[in-house]
Amino acid sequence: MKKCINRMSLAFPAASENEAFARAAASSFITLADPYINELAELKTAVSEAVTNCVVHAYRGMSTGMIYMDIKLFSDRTVYIKIRDKGCGIADIGQAMQPLFTTAPEEERAGLGFAVMESFTDRLRVRSSCGSGTVLVMEKALQEKMLDDDQRDISDKSGRKLGACSPVR
Amino acid sequence: MVTLKLNEQTLVACLSGDIDHHTASSMRTEIDRAVRSSPINRLVLDFSQVSFMDSSGIGLVMGRYKLISELGGVCEVADPPPYIAKVMKLSGIERLCEITFHNSRSCHTDGEMKV
Repeated sequence: MKKCINRMSLAFPAASENEAFARAAASSFITLADPYINELAELKTAVSEAVTNCVVHAYRGMSTGMIYMDIKLFSDRTVYIKIRDKGCGIADIGQAMQPLFTTAPEEERAGLGFAVMESFTDRLRVRSSCGSGTVLVMEKALQEKMLDDDQRDISDKSGRKLGACSPVR
Repeated sequence: MVTLKLNEQTLVACLSGDIDHHTASSMRTEIDRAVRSSPINRLVLDFSQVSFMDSSGIGLVMGRYKLISELGGVCEVADPPPYIAKVMKLSGIERLCEITFHNSRSCHTDGEMKV
């Protein structure tokens, strides 16, 4: 039976400068679970995509709005990330999740946000209703760390010699 | 941040720091201004100094590819770190821009272009 061993909640305005804040906060919290560096980089990217979606789309045409981020760490090394807004909602989730679909081509949005989130996590769920907002939940099971892997991590941080684990700078 | 270097008909744009929705738009403006004001046929986007990138970086590459193609030139992505190369691979961007690995290109040599 998996148990929640740590959790955090944040609320911040949907402003583009908070994209960097959100992924730094997520990264800092998830680090407590001792992830591999590539796992952390993937989760950081997934959070960045989710928060950017809220900033770009959720409150379009409205003066401002808040983004709510909850992260839970479970005893089985699962990371649970919930990102929620109270914005306009997504009319057609299936269409929004199609790779390359975007409603903001003039801003050079590639339409790959959901594809990146799907590929960098194990499970992605989206629930949305027009006019009241969107809830996005991502889950990823972190790999068990092997004893000799501590050594790998050290060389990763100092020398960045490993091809498999990309460094976070 | 973007550092631009012009070498004959090649413009090298060395990108550094995080590329997200917030930072991509100023990078786009700087690169496009240089592309439009120089007689170039090749644009190299050097990713070696990029610390983070999400799909906003893909939008940035796709937009620059489009611009340089309209001007009759080619676009190249150089030295993305392994994890960024993974995001690029996911997007299929290599069908538009060649991704090259030199590991020797320096973003800090002479010839920096002021724009």
